[in-house]
Amino acid sequence: MTTQAPPLLRVNRVSKWFGEIVGCRNVSFDLHPGEILGVVGESGSGKTTLLRCLSGKLEPTSGGAEFLSKRHGPVDIFQLGEQDRRRLQREEWGFVHQNPRDGLRMRVSGGANVAEPLMSLGGRHYGQMRRATTDWLERVELDISRVDHKPRNFSGGMQQRIQIARNLIHQPRLVFMDEPTGGLDVSVQARLLDLLRELVRDLQLSAIIVTHDMGVARLMADRLLVMKNGDVVETGLTDQVLDDAQHPYTQLLVSSVLQL
Amino acid sequence: MTKKLERPMIKVEGLTKRFTLHQHGGARIGVFGGLDLEVKKGECVVLAGASGMGKSTLIRCVYGNYLTSGGSVKILHDGAEVDLAGATPQTILDIRRRTMGYVSQFLRVIPRVSTLQLVMEPLLENGVSAEEAEARARAMLASLKLPEAHWSLPPATFSGGEQQRVNIARSFVREYPILLLDEPTASLDAANRGIVVDLIKAALAKGSAMIGIFHDESVREAAATRFFEIESYKTAA
Ligand SMILES: Nc1ncnc2c1ncn2[C@@H]1O[C@H](COP(=O)(O)OP(=O)(O)OP(=O)(O)O)[C@@H](O)[C@H]1O
Ligand SMILES: Nc1ncnc2c1ncn2[C@@H]1O[C@H](COP(=O)(O)OP(=O)(O)OP(=O)(O)O)[C@@H](O)[C@H]1O
Ligand SMILES: [Mg+2]
Ligand SMILES: [Mg+2]
Repeated sequence: MTTQAPPLLRVNRVSKWFGEIVGCRNVSFDLHPGEILGVVGESGSGKTTLLRCLSGKLEPTSGGAEFLSKRHGPVDIFQLGEQDRRRLQREEWGFVHQNPRDGLRMRVSGGANVAEPLMSLGGRHYGQMRRATTDWLERVELDISRVDHKPRNFSGGMQQRIQIARNLIHQPRLVFMDEPTGGLDVSVQARLLDLLRELVRDLQLSAIIVTHDMGVARLMADRLLVMKNGDVVETGLTDQVLDDAQHPYTQLLVSSVLQL
Repeated sequence: MTKKLERPMIKVEGLTKRFTLHQHGGARIGVFGGLDLEVKKGECVVLAGASGMGKSTLIRCVYGNYLTSGGSVKILHDGAEVDLAGATPQTILDIRRRTMGYVSQFLRVIPRVSTLQLVMEPLLENGVSAEEAEARARAMLASLKLPEAHWSLPPATFSGGEQQRVNIARSFVREYPILLLDEPTASLDAANRGIVVDLIKAALAKGSAMIGIFHDESVREAAATRFFEIESYKTAA
């Protein structure tokens, strides 16, 4: 058998309750370097809750998640102090929100939004940062001449591309994405997905991508986790889960999609 | 030279597959049971059997696209037998990247990627240099007589037969030790079918092991080193 690098993230029985309401329950999985995990399931099934827990934005009720950090080595995300956790988020992770407004600073220019993560990591060389910024604007196919415009002057798809550049410029090892193409119309969505697919492959990123769209899951994910009422009801290779679903809920989910 | 006993590339033992349709009151469809099949290097085993008999299902089980309901599917990968039933998704993906290719009837089009890039991709993923990958991809597309004007375009707008040829190019360019072919010639004309038969024969001569399904009688006869009748393994639910 082939030798495999150790997992980048080991999730062990993570649960989150909001009082009586279940967010997610006993979720466990490993994520390997370079792997894209898709999380699918109906509205309210706990996808966002899980993502927020794993990305250190929300304290889980119980469970652990060990991340193989460059700086610290293996660390439990939930045991880290506030300061270390924030540094981990800044240095080694990215988080792409469904709504670009939640991931961008609306008062500063598109270019500044992209450059900011470098500055907050202590970048001092102005020329280098400027170059990295224009390079990333090009990679996400934004018109460089508009680098000084504010995010609100860009379309939804362009805002999303700024958000993606902002989250990849510091070369994170793990990126969390919550419905990254959710609010966009179909043609814009297709271009953005292609772009993400290319970037993820070129940069050898690991990613956890939440989506309710089976087409997005098929295109992006190596492996799927299917959630219902906070539980993971099925996992497996993406094409196996979609083509030979085992759980009644997954079969329902797959059959309600016309073309995959 | 002493000849070692040759291990099969694919070893299917006691394979059973059934589907449970939860949307239809839990109805169970038994496809086959207790199925045994071995495929060695240089062999092209052609699956025979009427429509709905389970030919595609068998190929998909071997590819890890369908789960098995019983028995085992062992693939010789890096010199070791790996049972897909117990393999991790990472291992199955690794087997697909390096050992086992699959050509289906339809190309899953990735919207913006050019044809040439699509054909280069399996080579790049396996560490072939960009230069060599491009040369091999060009040679493959040329041998399949896809007009050069098409190479820089994504195949989304191509005709059925053109898309199919891109699909074939993608899988044959890599020279996988194992190739699974599910009606790869379905939408091709006679001349193009002949080209695909030549590709199959060349791959077999290089030691590829294949399982194939071909509707076309002449392709079937030309490609097969052996036929495999699925019907005798037919089961009820
Ligand atoms: N802060 C909160 N306080 C109380 N309940 C919450 C909170 N956040 C989420 N929930 C509840 O937890 C459950 C899971 O919500 P979550 O946002 O994770 O769903 P989701 O799968 O992301 O759904 P969608 O596809 O609609 O975004 C829901 O019942 C939701 O109402
Ligand atoms: N994903 C699936 N879910 C449920 N049933 C399936 C699935 N895939 C195949 N089947 C069933 O398994 C049986 C065998 O189908 P399969 O596609 O393997 O036949 P085939 O021999 O390839 O036929 P054809 O020559 O028409 O392509 C059929 O009854 C089919 O409906
Ligand atoms: Mg959500
Ligand atoms: Mg078939």
